[in-house]
Order: sequence, then structure tokens, then C-alpha cells
Amino acid sequence: MTAALNELRTQVIWTRLISIVEEQAQTLMRTAFSTTVRDAGDLSAALFDLEGRLIAEAVTGTPGHVNSMAAGVRHFLAKFPVPTMAEGDHFITNDPWLTAGHLHDVTVLSPAFHQGRIVGLFGVCCHQVDIGGLGQGPDGRSVFEEGLQIPLMKLASRGVLNQDLLDILCLNVRTPLQVRGDVLSYISSNESAARRLSAMLAEFRLDDLAGVADYIVDRSLAATRAEIARLPQGSWTSSLTIDGYDHPITLRARLTIDGERILVDYEGTDACVPRGINVVLNYCRAYTIFGLRCVISPEVPNNYGALLPFEVVAPEGSIVNVQRPWPVAARHVIGQMLPDLVFGCLSQAIPDRVPAEGSSCLWSVQLRGRQPAGEPQAGESFDAIFFNSGGSGARPSQDGLSGTAFPSGVRAMPVEITENSAPIVIWRKELLTDSGGIGERRGGLGQRVEVAMRDGSAFEVLAMFERVDHPAQGRDGGGDGSQGSVRLASGKAMQAKGLQQIPAGDRLVLDIPGGAGLGAATSRAADLVARDVEEGFVSAEAAARLYGSGVG
Amino acid sequence: MTSTTDRGPSAPKGARIGADIGGTFTDIVLEVGDRRHSTKLLTTYDAPERALLDGVRLLLDEAGVAPAEVSLVVHGTTLATNALIERRGVPTALLTTDGFRDVLALGSESRFDQYDIGMEKPQPLVPRRLRVGVAERMDARGQVQVPLDGDAVRAAAAEWREQGIRSVAIAFLHSYANDSHERRAAEILAAEMPGVSLSLSSEVSPEMREYERFSTTVANAYVQPLVNAYLHRLDDKLKAMGFGCPLYLMLSSGGLTTVDAAARYPVRLVESGPAGGAIFAASVAAERGVGQVVALDVGGTTAKICLINDGMPQTSQVFEVGRAHRFRKGSGLPLRIPVVEMVEIGAGGGSIASVDNAGRLAVGPHSAGSEPGPAAYGRGGTRPTVTDADITLGRIDPSRFAGGKVTLNAGASHDALAALGIWDGKAETLAIGVSEIVDETMASAARVHAVEQGMTLDDRSLIAFGGAAPLHAARFAEKLGIREVIIPSGAGVGSAIGFLRAPVSYEMARSLTLRLDQLDLDRLNSLLDGMTAEARALVEAGAPGAAQVERRTCLARYKGQGYEIPFEIPARTLVPEDVDLLRAAFETAYRTQYGGVTLDLPIEALTWRVTVGSPAWKPKDTAVVTATRDLEVTERRPVIDPDSGAALPFALVRREVLRPGDRVQGPALITERETTTVVSPRFDAWMDANGYLILTRREEG
Repeated sequence: MTAALNELRTQVIWTRLISIVEEQAQTLMRTAFSTTVRDAGDLSAALFDLEGRLIAEAVTGTPGHVNSMAAGVRHFLAKFPVPTMAEGDHFITNDPWLTAGHLHDVTVLSPAFHQGRIVGLFGVCCHQVDIGGLGQGPDGRSVFEEGLQIPLMKLASRGVLNQDLLDILCLNVRTPLQVRGDVLSYISSNESAARRLSAMLAEFRLDDLAGVADYIVDRSLAATRAEIARLPQGSWTSSLTIDGYDHPITLRARLTIDGERILVDYEGTDACVPRGINVVLNYCRAYTIFGLRCVISPEVPNNYGALLPFEVVAPEGSIVNVQRPWPVAARHVIGQMLPDLVFGCLSQAIPDRVPAEGSSCLWSVQLRGRQPAGEPQAGESFDAIFFNSGGSGARPSQDGLSGTAFPSGVRAMPVEITENSAPIVIWRKELLTDSGGIGERRGGLGQRVEVAMRDGSAFEVLAMFERVDHPAQGRDGGGDGSQGSVRLASGKAMQAKGLQQIPAGDRLVLDIPGGAGLGAATSRAADLVARDVEEGFVSAEAAARLYGSGVG
Repeated sequence: MTSTTDRGPSAPKGARIGADIGGTFTDIVLEVGDRRHSTKLLTTYDAPERALLDGVRLLLDEAGVAPAEVSLVVHGTTLATNALIERRGVPTALLTTDGFRDVLALGSESRFDQYDIGMEKPQPLVPRRLRVGVAERMDARGQVQVPLDGDAVRAAAAEWREQGIRSVAIAFLHSYANDSHERRAAEILAAEMPGVSLSLSSEVSPEMREYERFSTTVANAYVQPLVNAYLHRLDDKLKAMGFGCPLYLMLSSGGLTTVDAAARYPVRLVESGPAGGAIFAASVAAERGVGQVVALDVGGTTAKICLINDGMPQTSQVFEVGRAHRFRKGSGLPLRIPVVEMVEIGAGGGSIASVDNAGRLAVGPHSAGSEPGPAAYGRGGTRPTVTDADITLGRIDPSRFAGGKVTLNAGASHDALAALGIWDGKAETLAIGVSEIVDETMASAARVHAVEQGMTLDDRSLIAFGGAAPLHAARFAEKLGIREVIIPSGAGVGSAIGFLRAPVSYEMARSLTLRLDQLDLDRLNSLLDGMTAEARALVEAGAPGAAQVERRTCLARYKGQGYEIPFEIPARTLVPEDVDLLRAAFETAYRTQYGGVTLDLPIEALTWRVTVGSPAWKPKDTAVVTATRDLEVTERRPVIDPDSGAALPFALVRREVLRPGDRVQGPALITERETTTVVSPRFDAWMDANGYLILTRREEG
């Protein structure tokens, strides 16, 4: 076979591998129990080679997982070297420092065999709603309070489940049957992917993935380097101040474009805090590189080669490189801000390609209460979680997206599903007029959410909300996005973070922040302002005052 | 263009017409006894019935049949689909629960493309100013939390009257559990806005999950006045021509319905053409006596893949219309309707090949269409397409393409491919690449689709139709481990033929959440019986006096999971003893889909479905024919085989010279006027009693 045909065949195999991991992700979503996985897609699925390099990832998934798992697999291989792995082995951990940054993300890695030889590793990483401990809020003082820690260990050995581990796991969580069902679904999705891989190797008459993996990595690396080489060279700094738990936190970054690589250094970022919003370096890298890749090399499939030209360093003990045993449960609050921070640097280098800041942090509403009196499970406690997104930042030639998650890749649960699984009523969930930062390109709108118990009884919220005091900042003359607000319908303001009660007869009201604008509002096309007023995105009063528009 | 085909002696008596209005062509098929006449006309956008009626007249004249002698007319149309995609519906408003006017804009609050900063979400069909919330609220149990504010409804009506609103969607939260507020609001609007079209979410799509329900209801409202007017206009014109038989409409689910039912729920028509294709494939499967099938329909722009199980096309409850962004899931408007389950991707004869910045060859989803078309057409297209690759590989004879109507320039194909400039820069290598990538893309889509359905592919037969499918079917089959490929005749008008094979049927679904171990049988039986009565009445209207077949399906999951799986339940009053049977049926379905463990968790049923239909189409008896005569090959041509990359001497055979029982060893090209069937070196082909080409995989070794 000629070299050209061989290359063609390798590209076909590449396409196939991406299809195999996509099947892996779909199987997972259809068998999982956690709403976070099944409805929201808070997961990742990927294939690694025997050196632990990420070769292919499913397009379904969320960046914090994928790139964290990419960094974590080498830890598995250090403890369980490839030559010691057998068919039917499965490995597990939820160690935040080795994989995705909090105990709720459980990673399962499974060797894949072909004709009796190990040829690759399939990994999944999923957000478990329940891992014991306090629940996924920022209130823990150390990781020990945040739930059960599972070290790097065997989940199954030669097809036999580690019953001891499952017993410990089931005793430590509130919903043992579902958690057990979830863990088993991780195994079956890896196993089915391994079968597909073996069938593919047979079809292409290959013994292993060695040549293919090198090709994928080399190609992706070269393409990414070429994209970087086109950028202006230099160093730029930026900072971002956010609410933090009980005091503001400033994140600082220096971005250096140096030939074919990019370095992000978080030197100068504030220290970690004794509440669970700290970020481990893996997760910090994951969201940093995700942000960079969105702007610089979005078309290159995500894998080891596509990630390699990006280097991320952060001082030990800073809030983006926290050390054990500091608490980390709500680390997404800060992690999801990191793309905005690197955009701040990048916008100085390539202003015409970078969006303005967005609401960025997912407003994950976690509620706890008791089943209403007179109903089947009266008095039993329940936990409910539903995701909400604010506005994304204005883009160089488009407005920001309203009520849409970025950088997170998850989906919101339907209101009717949430109300069917918990005795609550979501009274309002709609876009918030005038919440998008003004500008030639307007920021996306945030939304207002109101929620209460169905019977009006008291309930609790595990708040972990951001951009309440520090809105998304406009760029190049664009206005800030609206800031968030957490309050009772009766008027009293609440804290943006921490466990709090909503008294009987009252509602929790959340204003989820808007995205920031880009460019001067006076430059915005009159027809766009008129449309915004007609649609109620911008009030007539604000249009007149801020855009100088005489609509009406 | 017209063709007639011998249909054998036992075809049904009476003349029958199938008419499929597609985006480009209007296909008409007339079956009279054992003969089939067909024609293709350009679709007349301004008045779609014109091309249809012209075609019908033409075929009736040709066959010497009077309208009064026609016993059945079945019609499918993309009118609703195109109105949705091109945003050409009527001015429509949405009345909804206060606080939820943005359900359509928020959708799932996610981005369907992780890395694309420039992505846009699908725009709602109804602009925000026409989405109005009124005070009212049901909770998840269907109990009233806030009564309906009738004055607010009247106020909205007054505004909309001023604004010339012709159609209103009414969609309240949890109306699947209690529809009384929607009904009351409809009464008020009907009184306040005489003549307005009303679509209620509790009627159009009475199921949980508000985004899909609202979206479906709004889409229905948006096209209802258009489709209603069109269908009645067509019906009147047919009657004026002398047709005495009823006009039926093809539903997206593969069943037929009456003009009145179709005009009420036009959103159920959106996939009628593809559904006809699936029914066509199922009828071919029935004629061949195979139950497990993959149907592959490849045209110029898209490929559609559908699974047929036990002779029945798989159906689904959700469909996305107008996937604007590279056919990506999430980039279209979700419609929750009974629909033939299929995956559609941007891969066809006109799909354009390009090289991405990682040096990878990509094919589609952009298409050169028929204008400017592939480079070989010489109509200004310079970018290489799948058709150009097929020409360069030697699969298409440039002088005989499309019956000689289009002259192809093979040199232009060659140059366009070489201009891609990767690998060794040879057009032949790149042609292999384009062909391999498009086949791999289709195979990957089929694989992911199968896993989403919990099904396997390698144990199926492939039925390939549409202009470009026979060129790629063998390789597609090889990639999926499929051992038998069927290329039917009449494949160019497959959907219209499929219309004539469809049963009159109606499917309804309702949400009622019940744990299987705590079934409220009285409530459930009364719900199911009510649905049955409604569906039976609709079918009776369409097929008076015909036998009716009823199927009931439950969609359930382990409590705590997010996806339901369907399983069949007895179509009768359920008794307490049935609980074990239901549990066992669910567990079997679960294991089939996901394998492995059954979990010790309660099972929760969410949705109940009733399908009533006239009996399924039965093929005529045909003599059993086996491959007995090896055809003598007189002509061979070098054709490149993508598996080895080598040019091999392919036998060249014209399909019209083949007779049932004739066998051709691969590698071969079997040419006909509209397309060419590639018989790869790993397949042999023969013609069966129906005149279908059967490609069978040679045993290895």
C-alpha cells in the first residue's frame, strides 16, 4: 500500500475512533442515574494510548472533565503499570488532585484488549450528584468534609467487582442504589467501547493503535502549532476580580505567545481560601486551555497533541493550584472564570477574535427540603439540583448568547422534570431585560429564576453563585453585564455562597448575570437597537439613555 | 420522464396514486393492476398542487385511466417542513404561563458545538414580543396552583387582533397532566379572535418536558393555516377532476391519515417524504422476507439511515427540523411527534470535499447541489464532490450519466480533486479518500444511531435507494460487517411508492407517571381506553370498515434514570396480575438495549402510547428464484477499489439485460439510467424475482 493510501486509511481510523468514544458517551447518558449525567451531560468519555496520551474524546461532554482526565490518566498508569493490567480490570478514583478537581467527579479507566493484548485505555469521568459528605456546596472546611475519597484503586479485577469498595461507597452516600447503578454504567460503557475498538482493529487488520496514535498526536500538534505561529508574539497580562466566598478574589494571568507555544502563568493570583471554591491545577489547566483552544484552534480535534503546545503554571497554594486537603467541592465557580481571564490577555494580542467577559459561572441551584405533609413520602428529606445559565460575552461580530452556558458544556434540566422529581415550583425562569452589557455588540441576557416549595414550606439553598458583586466587564467601550442577585421575594438580600434558609411562604429569587458588551454602544446599528427594544431585550428607556436611540 | 415496470400478476386491483412533493422534485407514481407508471416534475413552489396535478394527469393519460377509476390517492409533502425551515409560516403568537415566555429561546441553555464561539442557537418561530405569559399555574401533579386569569387572555387577544395574528399556540406548564386551563384559554381566544387557528400543547404533544412540547405546538400553529388551506384546495381540485376516492396524507410516523386530521396537526407531516422511503424499504424487506434491515437513502445533499426491525421501521418521539449547523444535534427546532426514526447527515453525491487545518480530508456537509453541481457538470462548480470522486474512480461512465442527459467532464473532476493538494497530490488517491471518508461518515452515523437505539448492525440486510446509494452501498456494508445488500427497482421514486404501502394509522401518546409496582389500574385503563377510542375513530374515518390493529406501548425507566425505553404491553384492560408481566417486559427491553445487569430499583412509567392502524401491507406471492445463471461478461473496465487502492477489471453490465436468476461475480458495475450499482470485489450480485439486485458478501478465505 502506498504511503498516501496508508495515510488515508489512518484518517478513516481517526474518524472511527471519534465515533467509538461518542458511542461510549451516549451509552453512559442512557444508563446513568445522576441527573447531572443523564439530563445535563456533565461527563466525558475518551480513549488513551498505552502511554496515557489522550487520542480521541467524545464531542458530548464538558471541558473541565475532558482535559482534567487527559492529565489524570498518567497517575493511573504510574500506580498500575500497563503490563500488569488484565482483561476485565477496571480502575477508579475521585481524587480531586489527580483528576477533575472535586470528589463528585468519579473517573473510571478500563484497559481495552485486542487478540489478548492491551491496545488502549477507555476512560469516563462523570459528575455524581451524591458522594456523601456535605453535598456539592462551598461550605466544607477541608476535603474530608466534602464526601468519600476513593484513592486510585481497582474497581474490578479480571471481571470480578471489588465488592469491598462498593460496600464502602454504598454506605457513605445517601442514594446507594443509584450510585451503584451509576458506577456499573461506567464499566459497561467502557467495556462496550473496548469491544468496538477490537472489532475496528480486526477490520483494518491492525494489531494495535501505535502508528495511528502517533499520527493523530503529530497531526494535531502540528496544526495547533501552526495556528499559534500565526499569532503576534509577546506577553500580555490581565486580572479578574470575582466575589469569592466571603471576600473578593483576584485572579492574575500572564499569557506569553512564544513561537509555537503558549504559556499561561497565574503568578500573583490570590491564595486559596478555607472554603470549597479552590481549584486544583489539573482543573485550572483544563479550563485555561479550553478557553485558548476556542479562540486559537477550535477545529483541531481535542487530544494530547492539540493540548501539548499550551503550558499552564500556577503558584502552589494559590487558589488555582490548591494543595491537599483544602476544600474544592464548588471549584467550578472559579474554574469557569478562567477562560474570561485568558480572554483578557488574548484580546490585547488579537482583539478581533476574542469575546468579552460573560456570566461564565453556571448557576447550579441546589435545594434541600422535606416532602410536604399529606403526601406519600411526607417528612422525608429531598435534594434537588437544576442548572441555569446567564449571558455569554459579546463576540467580535455577534451579540452574546442569552441564557446559555459558556464555558461549561452542560444542559439545563426541563422545569417539568425538576418539578416531577422534587416537590418544588419554579415560578419564573425568563430572560432579564437590560441585563446584557451594552455595546456595538451586546452581551447576552441573564435570567430571573424564582423558586419555592409546592406547599409553601421552608427550604434551604446551597448557594454557590458568582458575579453578584463583580459583573462581567465590558471591553473596548462596551458596558458591563448586569450583576447577579440572590434574595427573598419578600425583599431580603441573601449571601451568594453558603447554606441558607428560605422561610415558609417566601420564594428564592435569583437574577443570573448578563454577559458584557463589546465596542461603544453609540456604534450599535440603529436597527439592532430597535429590534432589541421590540423584543424586550433592552427597555425603551435604556435604549434612549444608553444607546442614544429615539425609539418610540 | 416515465417508466413502467412489470409488477407481476398479483398486484392489487384498482388504480392507486402516490404523490411526493419534495424540495426539488415532485414524484408521482401510478399503479394500475400490475403496472407502475411514474414521473418526476420540478416542484412548483407558488402552488405546489400544480405540479402534482400535472403529473397525475400525465400518468392517467399514459395509462388510459379515468380519475373515477382511482381507488386511492396518498400524498406526502414538504410544505410544512419548508415553511418551518424558511420561516414562511403565518403570523403566530404564543400564550403561555407567566414567567415562561422564554422557554423557546432558552432551550436547553447549552451550546451544541463545544468549541465554536460563533455559534447561534435556533431562533424561535415566534418573536419574543408575541410570546405572552398570563397568570395560571398547574403543579407537576396537575393540581391548580394559580387559576387562569381570563382577563389577561382577553387582553392578549385584543392586542393580537390588532397585529393581524392568524394563529395562536397555547402552551402552559404541566398541561399534559391537566389541560383545563389550556381548554379554557382556547374558548376565550376563539370567542375573542374569530377565525383564528388554535393549537393546544395538551392536544398537539401532551407529554412532559416543556421545551419540546412548546416548540412542537408553536410549529404546528405556525404552519396550520397554510397546510389547511393547501390540503383543502388540493382536495377540491381532485374532486373537480373527477376523483371520487379519499385523499390520504402520509404522516412522519409512516402511517396514513385523513385530510381533516392532517390539517389539524400538520406538524405531524414534516417527515412524510423520508417516512415514505422507510415504508418503501420495509415493503422491499417484506418482499425479500428479511426482517432486520438498515435502509440507506442517499441523494445529492443528504444521506438518511433508518433501522427496520421485524419488518417495521423504528419510530421515535422526537425529531429536529432544520438542523442549521452541519446537521448537528441541537441546531434545529425540536418537534415531539411520532416519526420514523432516522439519522440524516450532510453526505450525498454533491457533498463537497475540503482539507481542514489539521490536514484532514473532510467531505460535506456542504453540497454543491445540482447548481453549480459537481465539477464534472461543467456548470461553474470547481470544488470536488463525491460524484467527482466516483467518476475518477471509474464508477460512473461519463457518457451514460443520467441516461445521457448530462455530459460529464471527467477531466474537470480529476483537476478539482488534484487541487486539494494533500498526500501524493494524485486525483486517484484523493478520489479514494473522498469515497472512503464519505462512506466512513455514513457508517459512523449509522453506528452511533444504532447504539442510541441499543441495536446492532452486522446482522442486518442493507436496502439502498436514492440516486447515490447504489454507488456506495457495498463499501458502506463492508464497513458495518453487513453481508447482504438489496438494490430495489423504482428507487428514484421510492417515497411515492412507499406511500402506497402504508397502513392508515394513528398514534397517540400521553404522560402519566406511575410506578409499575404501584399502578393505579383504574386511572391507567381509563387513560388507555380513551386514547384507543380516539385513535380508532380517526382510523375508521380513513379506512371505513377495515380491520384495525392496535398496539400499546409503555415508556419506562428505572426510577432515577433520565431516558425511557419503550416496551409493548397488552392491548386490553390491565389487571393486577399484569404487573409482573410489565416488569418482565421492561427488564427484557432494558437488557436488550443496554445488556448486562438488571437493577433492583423501582420501575417508573412516564408515557403511554397507543397505535391503531389498518393491517400492514403484504407483498404479493412471487415465485422463488435463486441465482442460477452466471451472466457472461463481455465488457470490463478498470475501476479503483478503495479497500486495496488498486484498479481492478470490473465487469460492466446493464441492469436491463439482467433477468431474475442471473448472477454477476464481483467486481462489477451494474448500470442503469439513473444510477450505477458498485459490486465490490468482495460481493457477488444476482437478480431476484422482483427484479431487485441482491449483493451477497463472498465468504472469506
